[in-house]
Amino acid sequence: MKKEAMLQSDQGSSPNLSVNLGGINLINPVVAASGTFGYGSEYRDFINPAELGAVAVKGTTLEPRAGNAPPRIYETASGMLNSIGLENPGIDGFLKNYLPYLNSQGVTVLANIAGNTIEEYAEMAARIQAHGGIAGIELNISCPNVKKGGLQFGTDPDMVYQVVAAVKAQTSLPVIPKLSPNVTDIVMIARAAQAAGADALSMINTLMGMAVDINSRKPVLGNIFGGLSGPAIKPVALRMIYQVHQEIDLPILGGGGVINAEDALEFIMVGATAVSIGTGIFVNPNLARDVVQGISRYLQANGLDNLEQIRGAALQK
Amino acid sequence: MPSLENGLVVRNVQLSRDLYEMEFIAPNMAGECQPGQFVHVKVGSEDSPLLRRPLSLYDVDHHLGSVILLYKVVGKGTALLSQLQAKNYVDVMGPLGRGFTLPNEKRNVLLVGGGVGIAPLVYLARELKERECNVKVVHGTQTRADLVAGERLGKIGVDFLPATMDGSAGCKGLVTDLLNKKVDPGWVDILYTCGPELMMAAVAEYARRHQIRGQVSLEEKMACGVGACLGCARQAKSNDAHYVKVCKEGPVFDLNDVSWEQSN
Repeated sequence: MKKEAMLQSDQGSSPNLSVNLGGINLINPVVAASGTFGYGSEYRDFINPAELGAVAVKGTTLEPRAGNAPPRIYETASGMLNSIGLENPGIDGFLKNYLPYLNSQGVTVLANIAGNTIEEYAEMAARIQAHGGIAGIELNISCPNVKKGGLQFGTDPDMVYQVVAAVKAQTSLPVIPKLSPNVTDIVMIARAAQAAGADALSMINTLMGMAVDINSRKPVLGNIFGGLSGPAIKPVALRMIYQVHQEIDLPILGGGGVINAEDALEFIMVGATAVSIGTGIFVNPNLARDVVQGISRYLQANGLDNLEQIRGAALQK
Repeated sequence: MPSLENGLVVRNVQLSRDLYEMEFIAPNMAGECQPGQFVHVKVGSEDSPLLRRPLSLYDVDHHLGSVILLYKVVGKGTALLSQLQAKNYVDVMGPLGRGFTLPNEKRNVLLVGGGVGIAPLVYLARELKERECNVKVVHGTQTRADLVAGERLGKIGVDFLPATMDGSAGCKGLVTDLLNKKVDPGWVDILYTCGPELMMAAVAEYARRHQIRGQVSLEEKMACGVGACLGCARQAKSNDAHYVKVCKEGPVFDLNDVSWEQSN
């Protein structure tokens, strides 16, 4: 870089990108979405996980899970289907073998938990509370790829209320249910989560979809259905966050198809407090850094110094 | 350590109907490569096609600091890749994955490639010859025009045995027919293979029958390429509910560690 340019960039004070997500302080609003960033170490050759506002780790269950039979992924128009099926080492395996790396790097960690029963959600929350080293709990009540649990909890407002309340009873950590877009009225689900004491909302999880192999004349995915992610779902995610932000007074970790800083800004402008990036990381392992820098540049270019000045700006009264 | 680089394309040439060879300059990456590893290539616009494409290493040139790929045009991504020209840049991440384990001493080595699966075996053959191994390469293709690695293998100085389905060059038929007719299994200390799923399954069975140890380089659709998304799962062994991840634990596996059930 030329000396002149360096001086110039030093002169303008860089905007404050820190945000508070339901009681969790994030150094910037960019969060790795659960299931797309493993346990933080997988991308270590490309990016230090501490550069992210937070890392939501792979969805964790009470017992270890082997996941679904392959094929598990398939690319679609501006998106991809996945049916991983919550392959994970179980809550104890995660806390013992994977969390220490994240803690050693000073990463703000969101645990993502998925139960077969309400009791399992509560049990995992209790173990996380007792263990420490975690900033908040994202409740996976929206995984479309497992037979029991997951989505069944996220599509019924009564179940959402019960899961959130049961987890809140076991932990003092902020609790963030991750909402499914596979519902008729997402505001009703969000309202149930709020009534049960949710500290923030995470949205959206993947949209359930499928693809067919015309040569074998069978579904492409081993699990038949999978979750659609990537730029293809961004308009749906923006719309749902817009609707929820209008009605519900909770901070939102919003995302769905973010592949650049402009996408992230759109999410902030429909009301998201923080922005999750997922499938986009597969395309660009440095996406978190690029989004943070891009947001910063946007604020500077527009004479702004913090994100509050644009949050929810797109909402029409 | 792998890196993310914009490689400068120095050539990208069509070798047969759907096979291309591309060379790009990426000195940091070239310095890190091992035979059997892969690079994850992004082509097209920002969101179409969305995901990177994993391609195996055909060779590296340490003097030029370049990486060489042999690839087959099979869809939108590779079709766009084939349109890149010299002086264009290509967005590449790598090298990724676990490559071949090479013998520490002089051995008799059999390499069995099918179609574009010959790519990682050419790089491997060069490294094996540098270790003074005796190398026999069997390459099976549909037709003579697809035997694109012959010249390169000739320069490396291996014993090259082609097989074509239409009989236009070498032995007519499958590579396993050639193995049974032309290769003394007693000669082989180690076997490496890469190619279509059914061919690899048959070669694995050949190795098992003759008690030859070896490794296989697998192919699977991938998203992240680094073991984060768990998309490229493959059943580890028969009757084992454990899935290995081809990108991170592979793409190279010991023949004994792979189940061939899903290929049947």
